Amino acid sequence: MEMKETHPIDDLIRTDRIPHIWCSGCGIGIAVHCFLNAIRKSGIPPKNFAVVSGIGCSGRVAGYVKLDSFHTTHGRPIPFAVGLKLANDRLKVVVFSGDGDLIAIGGNHFIHAARRNVDITVICVNNFNYGMTGGQAAPTTPVRARTSTTPYGNFEFPFNLAYLAAGSGAVYVSRWTTLHAKQLEDSMLEALGKKGFTFVEAISPCPTLYNRMNKLGTALDFMKFCKEHSVIRHGADPKTANIDLRGDIVVGRFVNVERPTFTDFLEEGLAQGLPHRKALLDEERKEFEHE
Amino acid sequence: MKAEKSILSGKHFFQGDTACAEGGIYAGCRFFGGYPITPATEVAERMAERLPAIGGIYIQMEDEIASMCAVLGAAWGGRKSMTSTSGPGFSLMMENFGLGIMTETPCVLVNVQRAGPSTGLPTAVGQGDMMQARWGSHGVYEVIALCPSSPQEAFNLTVRAFNLSEKYRLPVLVMMDEVVGHMTEKVVIPEPGELEVVPRRESRVAPDAYLPFKPDADLVPPMVRAGQGYHIHVTGLTHDERGYPVITKEAQEKLVRRLCDKIRVNRKDILSWEEREAENADVLVVAYGITARIAMLPIQMARKKGLKVGLFRLITAWPFPEERLRKLAGTVGGVVVPEINYGQMVFEVERCVAGKAPVRLVSHMGGSTHRPEDILNAIMDVAKNK
Repeated sequence: MEMKETHPIDDLIRTDRIPHIWCSGCGIGIAVHCFLNAIRKSGIPPKNFAVVSGIGCSGRVAGYVKLDSFHTTHGRPIPFAVGLKLANDRLKVVVFSGDGDLIAIGGNHFIHAARRNVDITVICVNNFNYGMTGGQAAPTTPVRARTSTTPYGNFEFPFNLAYLAAGSGAVYVSRWTTLHAKQLEDSMLEALGKKGFTFVEAISPCPTLYNRMNKLGTALDFMKFCKEHSVIRHGADPKTANIDLRGDIVVGRFVNVERPTFTDFLEEGLAQGLPHRKALLDEERKEFEHE
Repeated sequence: MKAEKSILSGKHFFQGDTACAEGGIYAGCRFFGGYPITPATEVAERMAERLPAIGGIYIQMEDEIASMCAVLGAAWGGRKSMTSTSGPGFSLMMENFGLGIMTETPCVLVNVQRAGPSTGLPTAVGQGDMMQARWGSHGVYEVIALCPSSPQEAFNLTVRAFNLSEKYRLPVLVMMDEVVGHMTEKVVIPEPGELEVVPRRESRVAPDAYLPFKPDADLVPPMVRAGQGYHIHVTGLTHDERGYPVITKEAQEKLVRRLCDKIRVNRKDILSWEEREAENADVLVVAYGITARIAMLPIQMARKKGLKVGLFRLITAWPFPEERLRKLAGTVGGVVVPEINYGQMVFEVERCVAGKAPVRLVSHMGGSTHRPEDILNAIMDVAKNK
């Protein structure tokens, strides 16, 4: 009898696009696995999900998930996702991308979407450098670290993404490493279930570039480092949540607050001056639900 | 409170920017993502007031890059969507205009042209973005760009821009200029149904058999929106009919050739221009936007002097009506091209005239329209030297 090899999340993967392009030991695959498990557990029908990515290694996630998926331009998945979500409120829109894409070239979009509290989930795989283009410095690269564009060391101070997200208005902020697969998945599930701008940071090794250039050893060594140096501190002030890959990495759920979403606040406001608007929206919603 | 009518049929006294917004609404636009910039701000302001009242969404984004992205996202969410901008904002939108071309996303981008380069003259007219409209994003592609000459036409051509964007699946440009955008004139909005409104070209194929980028005979693929269970993949990378990235020269050849050919092959359906006594003219004036209206005065002045002067007004700047102009070139004594730039569309005119008649550019750097006598002098000069 012929045995067909399957994987429990095959139905959410474009298996006809496998093998993927990610390096052996990379953490993106773990983050994707956690994400797809979270989708499964959320109970939300997969057809309601839309994944939007930008450019870079993590930008390729949209291409492998068997969901409505959009692989946009560098840095722009968030504004694309904002348009998508506002056009069809029924969608669960998730931005899945990397630190360079979301925080350097896309940094302005990131803070403004958080400020508006648009109801989207942003998952950022942070590997501290630009992997796709060969290991250049990113706004997350730790001070003094080596990258292909900081051959004498990086002398810029990096962003603490969790702090940035919280400061910009995100209602949910968490950080885990890809060692913490279970917690990462749970955190993604929480983020997906919460209305508003939710942010999950997944610290990942880049064994081919960042870790090699900084003599951090193999992917397995990085996992060991994460195991030894991660400190779980739920509710910690993200400002104090250290992340320099030399000392401790503070992980956990830092922010989980309530604030009206862009749409809720807008509709509440508009309902005052435009009492007929609700009927129009209900009509449109029915049309979408008809499918 | 009575629900506001989405289509304000009747006679109005509108500026071009307002007419443009109303044209979008007539065509079914229910999403506007924009960023304030003079002289296009009034389009956004009109949408900010009108869209919420008719069930639409207006959002002011953090910049023009985000505006263009949000418009593309909204289109895939199932709404007809548009944005408007000017000057530097148009430059910022070029990145994701290209994404819209590559992902075949229907939407409308309005550029109310002001004089540049850079910040230039923020409140004054220019026509310096005509070549940027054609080539402003990187790579190989075709565009559709429409040039209204009046507020009424700003309304009608915005409806047409939406129709063409849905029919051929691409972002369509409305290349206004500041004078048309800010001049106030009578605008008649027809009854609903009076003007054609092209709906989204929806696929009826079942999800498991659907190929998102498999074109119909006219080279345009039918579309679905997110949330319908088709699990589509849409990418700015070169892709195959499944929408999957394929990084080969063969895939590039097939996809990019089709993206261009869907406009080239269907150009007769897209092309639009206006002629006034153009055939066998001593001098033919080729113009667009406000300049085509300004040119009517010197044309009439020259006619009074006994010259046979015609007007060829571009309505689609892109694609360029080259066959017709090539034909006319053989019948006219000379061609005059006034533009509020230092020569852009004149290069297309020269290409089509191909030496059969002298072509004279009347350039003007912007900030105002041409002085009629400058155009008249060029007409007389060309007539004398033909």
